[in-house]
Amino acid sequence: MTEKILMCGNEALAESAILSGCRFYAGYPITPQNELCEYLAKRMPEVGGTFIQAESELAAINMVFGASVAGARTMTSSSSPGISLKQEGISYLAGCELPAVIVNIMRGGPGLGNIAPSQSDYFQSVKGGGHGDYHSIVLAPASVQEMADITRLAFELADNYRTPVMILGDGLLGQMMEPLILGKEIRYVPDDKPWVLTGCKGRPPNIIRSLLLEEGALEELNRRLQDRYKVIYSKEVRFEGFHLEDSDLILIAYGTTSRICKSAMREARAGGIKVGMIRPITLWPFPSDIIVKVSESASAFLAVEMSTGQMVEDVRLAVEGRRPVEFYGRTGGSIPSKEEILDKIESICKITV
Amino acid sequence: MAKIEIREDRCKGCEFCVIYCPKGLINMAPHLSTKGVRPAVFNDPEMKCTGCTFCSIVCPDSCIEVHR
Amino acid sequence: MKKIFERTESLRDVTTHYCSGCGHGVAHRLICEVIDELGIKEKTIGVAPVGCAVLAYDYWDFDVTEAAHGRCPAVATGIKRVNPENIVFTYQGDGDLAAIGTGEIIHTANRGENITVIFVNNSVYGMTNGQMAPTTLIGQKTSTTPYGRDVLTSGYPLRVSELLAILPGSGYIERVSLHSPQHILKAKSAIKKAFQYQIDNKGFSLVEVLSTCPVFWGLSPRDALKRVENEMIKEYPLGVLKDRSS
Repeated sequence: MTEKILMCGNEALAESAILSGCRFYAGYPITPQNELCEYLAKRMPEVGGTFIQAESELAAINMVFGASVAGARTMTSSSSPGISLKQEGISYLAGCELPAVIVNIMRGGPGLGNIAPSQSDYFQSVKGGGHGDYHSIVLAPASVQEMADITRLAFELADNYRTPVMILGDGLLGQMMEPLILGKEIRYVPDDKPWVLTGCKGRPPNIIRSLLLEEGALEELNRRLQDRYKVIYSKEVRFEGFHLEDSDLILIAYGTTSRICKSAMREARAGGIKVGMIRPITLWPFPSDIIVKVSESASAFLAVEMSTGQMVEDVRLAVEGRRPVEFYGRTGGSIPSKEEILDKIESICKITV
Repeated sequence: MAKIEIREDRCKGCEFCVIYCPKGLINMAPHLSTKGVRPAVFNDPEMKCTGCTFCSIVCPDSCIEVHR
Repeated sequence: MKKIFERTESLRDVTTHYCSGCGHGVAHRLICEVIDELGIKEKTIGVAPVGCAVLAYDYWDFDVTEAAHGRCPAVATGIKRVNPENIVFTYQGDGDLAAIGTGEIIHTANRGENITVIFVNNSVYGMTNGQMAPTTLIGQKTSTTPYGRDVLTSGYPLRVSELLAILPGSGYIERVSLHSPQHILKAKSAIKKAFQYQIDNKGFSLVEVLSTCPVFWGLSPRDALKRVENEMIKEYPLGVLKDRSS
């Protein structure tokens, strides 16, 4: 798969999962990620894997739990309301230290919402969503190529750290078609997973559990998880930076919004406004360090999201009051335009381009 | 000829073995065990036990071993 | 004299947390005896529920995983589809299977997943302090039906085995009881048949086991046995509800 082909984001993600060795998928239909589900219904049997259209998103995440317990690279996908249903399962994956990939192709909310793109599940993904002191690694693709590349990364990180990994896309990324290179297929074998349940032949029995009733035992698990999260924070932050050394205003945006911000940034720079951008690729771990660094030279930040302001809180936390942090957003499935973002840039910088 | 051995430290005093012994060879001891219950005890001076294993079958705590 | 009955290998030599006269102890032992007699301990993976038996993995000496409440059949599906050569069973109570887990059990049976389900029905929620279960009998007093279960507000006792037996995906379904030595031996036979079903790749098998909960029935263990015999069996008749292979 080394030639350039044209695919939609959902299908590129699905194919990339196959090429990463994923052989168990359980999902439930929900717009705007149905293409992912349907693609795997066709593709999984071709590679001898398992596709199950589960009876609900709840059942799907628990099937993924089982497949992970058995040592498979496994994935489920849904969109915002369905991801709400999966939260208990994600907490269990984290508590039992099980690798799995969960894809959220975000749509407008809250409630039933609509099927247009949004970024209003940031809090749910990054701050928990499920109960307890845990984190999932959260990755944010911004192109069809990244929908594929980030999927490979997701499976690697999940296995390396024995933790659930969420891919946070949105309806636009899922539906749009772009050329991409899928890359080579890897052959995955669960050799170095001594904890899997495969039958206790030749070893003591394994137990997968997150119920720890003895005094101090659950705190010990939590400490272990926190230590792991510190390692992830030190090693796995990913972002893309544009004109960070010589900008007054720094845009911060991820996913679809980052593409529109890029256009606004270019036009602003062409008009003489010194605008740069940080595009987080990992939302958890959040690229706080680069924000801190840039806040020494930049004058202000502008977070742009398809929400009423969620990631902006993490920007403010990182900036710690050193510089003003502005926000611009559209929500309910509406997408900000380049012009709207330019207007906001101009009003902050008090210049007209 | 047969006999049973009841582990007093595991017995929870449910009396299932007492109910189901066809020969009435088990009863609850007058003393309290470390579990705070009256444990079942085997009492077969006339060697009537046939090793039917009813007691061990009904015991929820696998307290009873049967020899025949 | 030689030993003709002792603890079986897969049942760990520990005191369980189950109450005096609770049927879980017998059910656990029967499953372990069957696994040892069939020689499948090293291939078996158990899925433990949320309920009194949440700590079942402390008593079974083979691979076991927990599952979120009600989701055992989904977890078992994931395991079995990934490693079909393993023998995968779930062990669930009336809350886990007949309340929150109804979606999962129906669809797992409907898909004909080649797993075994042991459903322990004691007509009450034990672990959480004795609330009504879907299987609670009409008129039965529980902590959430203090005046006795009334069909007008709380509906009818749920007959899970009958429900599942009509699904074409179900292979073997039998209801058994643990209230006497003869019934326990029949229960063991059914459990063995269910595991053999899976070994022979015949599809979905479920054994519903009527069991005692003396503490939350407010009865002595002795009287709890009588309640199973005289009241529970009337509501939940024993016998084979489905056997596709016969």
